[in-house]
Amino acid sequence: MKQYRWPDEKGHFGPYGGKFVPETLMAPLTELEEAYRQVAKSAIFKKEFHYYLQEYAGRPTPLYFAQRLSQELRLRVYLKREDLCHTGAHKINNTVGQALLAQKMRKKRIIAETGAGQHGVATATVAALFGIRCEIYMGEEDIHRQALNVFRMKLLGAKVHSVQSGTRTLKDAMNEAIRDWVTNVDTTYYLIGSVAGPHPYPMMVRDFQSVIGKEVRKQIVKKEGKLPDALMACVGGGSNAMGLFYPFIEDKQVRMIGVEAGGLGLHSGKHGASLERGRPGILHGTRSYVLQDSSGQIHPAHSISAGLDYPGVGPELSFLKDEGRMEVDNVTDSEALEGLHYLAEMEGIIPALETAHAVAYLKKRARQFKEESVVVVNLSGRGDKDVQSVAALEEKK
Amino acid sequence: MKGLQRIDLAFTATKNRNEAALIAFLTAGHPDLAMTERLVLSLSEAGADLIELGIPFSDPLADGPVIQRSSQLALEKGFSIDSIPELVYRLRRKIVTPLLLMSYCNPILSQGLDRFLKTIAEVEVDGLIIPDLTLEESATLHKKCAENGLALVMLVAPTSPPERIEALAKATTGFLYTVSLKGVTGSRQTLPAGVIPFLRQVKKLSPQPVAIGFGLSKPEQVSEVSQIADGVVVGSAFVKLVDRYGRLSPMIVSTLAKRLKKATRR
Repeated sequence: MKQYRWPDEKGHFGPYGGKFVPETLMAPLTELEEAYRQVAKSAIFKKEFHYYLQEYAGRPTPLYFAQRLSQELRLRVYLKREDLCHTGAHKINNTVGQALLAQKMRKKRIIAETGAGQHGVATATVAALFGIRCEIYMGEEDIHRQALNVFRMKLLGAKVHSVQSGTRTLKDAMNEAIRDWVTNVDTTYYLIGSVAGPHPYPMMVRDFQSVIGKEVRKQIVKKEGKLPDALMACVGGGSNAMGLFYPFIEDKQVRMIGVEAGGLGLHSGKHGASLERGRPGILHGTRSYVLQDSSGQIHPAHSISAGLDYPGVGPELSFLKDEGRMEVDNVTDSEALEGLHYLAEMEGIIPALETAHAVAYLKKRARQFKEESVVVVNLSGRGDKDVQSVAALEEKK
Repeated sequence: MKGLQRIDLAFTATKNRNEAALIAFLTAGHPDLAMTERLVLSLSEAGADLIELGIPFSDPLADGPVIQRSSQLALEKGFSIDSIPELVYRLRRKIVTPLLLMSYCNPILSQGLDRFLKTIAEVEVDGLIIPDLTLEESATLHKKCAENGLALVMLVAPTSPPERIEALAKATTGFLYTVSLKGVTGSRQTLPAGVIPFLRQVKKLSPQPVAIGFGLSKPEQVSEVSQIADGVVVGSAFVKLVDRYGRLSPMIVSTLAKRLKKATRR
């Protein structure tokens, strides 16, 4: 893809993206778009953003050459250590950027949705950092699965709302956050955590997260003297994948592989594989691939990892898939669990269950790559938050 | 007469009687389709000038708890958008009241736009209201609705700047739906602050009839906005009664509709 210039001025990535929201939100979205346009070209804002990424979030993160993994898989495997970011995942990159923007827009209150709780924690963290009031919406089901993160958000001074509607997971948390935003639109900044939602969120979140891919470019050239052969990342909404992929889109020799949640297997109907099994539709303000039934009702997703348990996916990923620029595959719940063990035992790194999907893919498909291929896996988050639920799962076995 | 023309006529008729149109909303399939049919008939008989049938959706992000719940109950009972044409076909043999479908984008798009619009126009649905369809994304649908003689009602909100209200008033067909407040659907105790001047502003900017909705449930509220608006939408108040009174609800819904209709008179 030469000269990649998406989205267009209406926020479209080909047929995807756009704005599908109640009219009440159109004025605030326009205000947000304008504010973002201002800061995106401001050298002062960029400096400030990078100051906090470096001094507070701990960037740049290492691109670690995984020695034992490489040897066993006969590849040259690099891990982009987003798990070493402050709060334990890549989510902080975006929340720092958006919280700075919220501050510039003089918003007094930040709300956010969260699935695994990583985005909730990252939002509560920056809200504390900048002294802004913070409320987080989280599905009741996820509150049970991710108790540690709920406690962390509370420690950080955020109020956590338990969402009881629908499937009580990430999608319903997002509905509830949007309802809050419609109601408190004058005072409130809605900090979306993924490359989803109405324009300008998919673009803005991608831009803030693209620090991941930009660092990888520099680091890999220094270590290998060339661009990588393949990039891999797990895909729920898709923020860690877009963050890694975006700076490489025009380098078409670099394969980009998104790994979705296969859940109990695609044939079971219980999975989070929106790109592979969804149809184009409209969910949460944007047009993208969506898991849905024949009459257009959103089909609940399933994944062992709360962060991939989402029936939609970012519009830009939908576009990149259709264009054939991105490859899509999936691994099941049990393969992801194996992935977690594998990385823990091979490299001494316990990944988040979300991230474990990308690791499991690498292990499963390693043979399909030419020997000594240089591959970069986005190690999007660390697994501390999952240790309890993994222990409970293994006890059952 | 049908479609857009039927809606136009309803507004002309109420205007000539010096009253606002009462627009009643029900969630289709709540508690089941047979009841929806009976409820629509009793609303029509009680004097509702237009009727909105809500298509249940799994993720109704513009709706408050009452309509969320009714949608969920309808879906749990197996409601599918496929049942709408038959329901409307049966209703049309008995009533001429304008019928509009209120649906989020996804259920409609999932049906294939051309096929869906043709089918509902054939059974004489008169128009569509789509709360998550923005002006920016509406061009195709406007064209296709016009081709099928259907109204496509746009919404304005208290956050819409004047030039946007004008653009929406220009684009809308049937009437312009004014959202009374910042928030989701559902009854409120009092009229939202600033609603009267806002309504006046919309009236001034819109060549099309202006209806107002969200949060309105009581005769006093309806009476006050009816002085300015051409139509008043009441939804959650009816849905709540359906929830509470089950089999008896057609009678009770009818009583409320009569009181509200009386309140629309100027």
